[in-house]
Order: sequence, then structure tokens, then C-alpha cells
Amino acid sequence: MMEWLSPEEQQAVLLSLRVAFWATIVSLPFGVFTAYALARWRFPGKQIVNGLVHLPLILPPVVTGYLLLITFGRRAPIGAALHEIGITFAFRWTGAALAAAIVAFPLMVRAMRLSIEAVDPKLEQAAGTLGASRIWVFLTVTLPLILPGVLTGAILAFAKAMGEFGATITFVSNIPGQTQTLPSAIYAFLQVPGGESSALRLVGISVAIAMLALVASELLARRLARRISG
Amino acid sequence: MSLSVRLTHSFEDRRFDISFEAPSGVTVLFGGSGSGKTTIVNAVAGLLRPEEGRIAVEDRVLFDSDTGTNLKPHKRRLGYIFQEGRLFPHLSVKQNLLYGRWFAPNSALPARLDDVVDMLGIGPLLTRRPNALSGGEKQRVAIGRALLASPELILADEPLAALDEARKAEILPYFERLRDEARVPILYVSHSAAEVARLATSVVVLQNGKVARQGSASEVLSDPSVTPMGVRSVGAVLEAHVTRHHDDGLSELNAGGVPLFLPRVSKDIGDMVRVRVAAQDVMLSRDRPVGLSALNIVPGTVASIRSGIGPGAIVSLDTAAGRILSRVTRRSVADLGLVPRVSCHAIIKTVSVSPQDVGG
Repeated sequence: MMEWLSPEEQQAVLLSLRVAFWATIVSLPFGVFTAYALARWRFPGKQIVNGLVHLPLILPPVVTGYLLLITFGRRAPIGAALHEIGITFAFRWTGAALAAAIVAFPLMVRAMRLSIEAVDPKLEQAAGTLGASRIWVFLTVTLPLILPGVLTGAILAFAKAMGEFGATITFVSNIPGQTQTLPSAIYAFLQVPGGESSALRLVGISVAIAMLALVASELLARRLARRISG
Repeated sequence: MSLSVRLTHSFEDRRFDISFEAPSGVTVLFGGSGSGKTTIVNAVAGLLRPEEGRIAVEDRVLFDSDTGTNLKPHKRRLGYIFQEGRLFPHLSVKQNLLYGRWFAPNSALPARLDDVVDMLGIGPLLTRRPNALSGGEKQRVAIGRALLASPELILADEPLAALDEARKAEILPYFERLRDEARVPILYVSHSAAEVARLATSVVVLQNGKVARQGSASEVLSDPSVTPMGVRSVGAVLEAHVTRHHDDGLSELNAGGVPLFLPRVSKDIGDMVRVRVAAQDVMLSRDRPVGLSALNIVPGTVASIRSGIGPGAIVSLDTAAGRILSRVTRRSVADLGLVPRVSCHAIIKTVSVSPQDVGG
């Protein structure tokens, strides 16, 4: 299917898809939970949590990458402890996924939080009076109503994860087949003479995936919104 | 089953100190805004925690500040009918109706979907989404949803207030059926004397955060000292049965032997109805008037006269049809020489009784 790409280019595209997929899937439940907490709960330190969630959006990606390196690197305390139980991030594709997830997290949470704030709490109250406990209220009323926002958040996060570069290259370097994602590959091709045509092909793929994600999220959100409003 | 409520609560600068019993049937909480109606309903539903008190359905305690009992709303076995319906927009009408059933305990006697759908006339709506329903249809579905949760107590917080007059007239009969068929207490919040007159088995009048009066609808509404909604809502409730439907659009009723002519009543011959007669629609005459267009002339004797600071007075008349109230000027009271025990006639224009004032 991708014969027009060199093996090296194919590798980068497939790796990026894998990294973005897992980054999105694993952060999804955390995203919903964080968005719900920020939208609905009042707790001490809420502004701090809100700030932390949004930090990767504002920080230079290289700073995020470096912070990840000194937290999850093999010689860092948390990284070493995780390595003991078989989870390694440093210089692995899993590290690229972690970096992508963290950088994409604010986008995901913002989209979900907006849709949670749009749900009338009176509907949740009504569900409670009909016998539904809080978890059931969430599963049967809140979640179906925020589904468009959840999907939009997931797709935006996926697109952002596909494009993550600065934090990834700082944290897990640029190892072909292991941590060389699409943007890292474009960067690498641009560093060698005669690499422009490869870089250009990957740029095209990048643009296509980003556009596809945006259009898909737009269509999905519209369709779901129509279904919900009858 | 009956509901007992005792609570004290402070809310902003208001203080509520309330205690009453609600038997099976409809207990209307009647009062103006800020009188504590919604506070009571939310406390019973568990959406508000009162500072002190005890709320119980029979011997099942929902809230008791002494023992620290405070059941979560979803454990209270309620059917709450909200003013705005609050149907779930992502579910069909049928899924909305069955929502409460997912959570009802197995011990509950399930209300049957078919019966409820029949009673409310919502069969054709089952596959629709709430957004495709009219205001009146939404409220009927909301009633059904509350019923199908197999509640031990039904709460209705001004369920008609958001509807126009025509929709109110459409929904009221369903509440009458609910009252007659549900075997659980129904706590119904209202500020409409017409709704009280038609629905109430018992009325709890709230004023300034306290229970000002409790009694049957006819007792409470025909007491001129009870005017939580202002003097314009004062009026008596007569109980009568339908004797005949005339060809000219009138129905003839019999109230304690007194014939009453009303605009066509949508009830069968022999049915009992309650008729609310607003005090301001009743004229008084010492002699039996002749050559008058009004069809209903009811003889009686003056029981009491109550006048306030304004120019008006409320005259209570004992008649064979029941107690009738009339709002006249103090000048007329003096000119007619009205004092207790003099005989007098109450004149009620047929067209002044609207269909909303007549119910089962």
C-alpha cells in the first residue's frame, strides 16, 4: 500500500500512528476524569491542577522533554522504579507515546471540559431521583451527552500526538525504528543532502493526516449532536 | 402510606420551620414564592439537607438529624416530576419511561409500561425523541417516567407552571387520574388556587416559612383568612354531581340540591366534580333578583364578614350547596345591611366559571 515510500519512511509513518494511537487511548480515561473534575468539582488546589494540565501547551516542548527525561529517564528515581517492574520509557517508542500523550493532554481536556460544562446538571439530578447512583448517572446520562466532545478531544489529541517533535526528540532521541516518528524523520531527512524528496513526501502525509483528523472530528461531532438533540 | 415532614432550615435571610403529614392522595403545598415550597420538596428529595428535622415515608426514615440519617436521592424511591420535564434528550420516549426501572429494587411492585402509556395517552410518542414533543407531551412523559420508577412517594414541583393555559387544561386530568390510581402520597407544589381546588386531597398553606393552615381543599380555600396568593385567588370549592348536559352548551350540576349551570363539563352524568368559584366572581343580593342574566342564584345566610384595610370585604355565605365566598366593597356591605345570620343570595355568572375551575 505504501510502495511509493522507502522502508525508512514507512517505518516512521507506522511508528507515528502507533505512538499517537496508544497515546490517545491510554490518556482517554484520564482526560475524561480530569475534564469532569475541572468542570464539576470544587476542591482545594483546583487552579493548580488546571495550570499543570495546561502547562505542556505553553512550555517550550524541549522543556517538557527535558522534564520527562529527568523524571522517567533510566537513572531518574521514577524511571528506575518503573524499569524494575518492566516498564521502560527512555529511548523506546513507549517514551515517545508518553511525551505525545502529555503534550496532547491539554487539547483533549479542553474539548471534553467544554462539552461537560454544556450538560445541564438538572438532568443528572433527575437521573438521581429516578434511582441512579452517581456512577450510573455518569454512564447513562453524562457520558452519552458528552460523547461528541470526548471524540473531538480524542481526535485532536491524536493529531497533536502525530505531530509531536520537540519533547519526543529531547526525551527519547531520534532512533530509526524505535523513536523516529514522522516529524523526527522529516527533521532527519532535512539534515542529509538529497533528503528533501523524502521529507516532502512525509510532509504531505502529515498534512493529510491532520486534515483528515479535523474533518473527521467535525463530522462526528455534528452527527452525534444531531442524534442527541433528536 | 403517608409522608411525615418536620424540618427547620435557614436559607439566606429566610427561616423555615415546617411540619406536616401528607396522607395518600395529593397534598398540595400552596404558597407564594419564598414561602418554602421548593425547599420542602428538595429536602424530601434529598437535594437539600435541612439543618434539623425528620422526614419519613411510613416507617422508612429518609432523613433524621438526630440519628444522622440522610439517604442519597437515588435511595429514596421517589418519582420527581420537575417543572421543566427534564427528559433525557439522548433517549427515546420509551427509554426515558423505563429509565427508573433499571434501578428499582426487585422488591418493588413494577408499574406496567402498557398501563402507564394507556393512562397518559402517549402510545404514539414512544419512538420519538423528547425534542420532537410539545410541552404538554413532554410533561405527560415526565409523569410516566416518575410513575414507572415504582416510587413510594411522588413529588411534583409546579409541573404546570411552564405551560400555557391550553396545555395546563390538557395535563390536569392526568394528575387527577394519578391521584385516583396511585396508592402513594403525592406532594404537589403549586401557587394556583385552581390547581389546589381540582387536585388537592389535602392542602398545606405556607406563609413566611411556616405552615399557616392544613386541611381539605374546600375547607382551606373557603376560609377567607387564608390568602397566601392575595385576595384575588380567594374562592370557595363546591362539590357537585353532573345531572344533565343541555343542547345549548351548558351542563347542569347538582350541589347539595341546588342546581348549577356551567359551561359544558367534560364529565359523565352522575360524576362528582369540584367547582371552584372565585370570590370576585360572586355578587350578592338581599332579595331574590328577577330579570337577571346570571343563571345561578343560590340562597343562603351570611356566616361571617371579613374586611381588611382596603375598600373590599369577603363575605362568607352558608348555602345548601356549601360555603360560598363573595368579594364585595365595604360600602355594599353597609348598604345591604349585611351582618351574620341575615339571609342573602349569591349570584354566580355561568361564564365566569372557566373549564380550569372544574375537575374531578
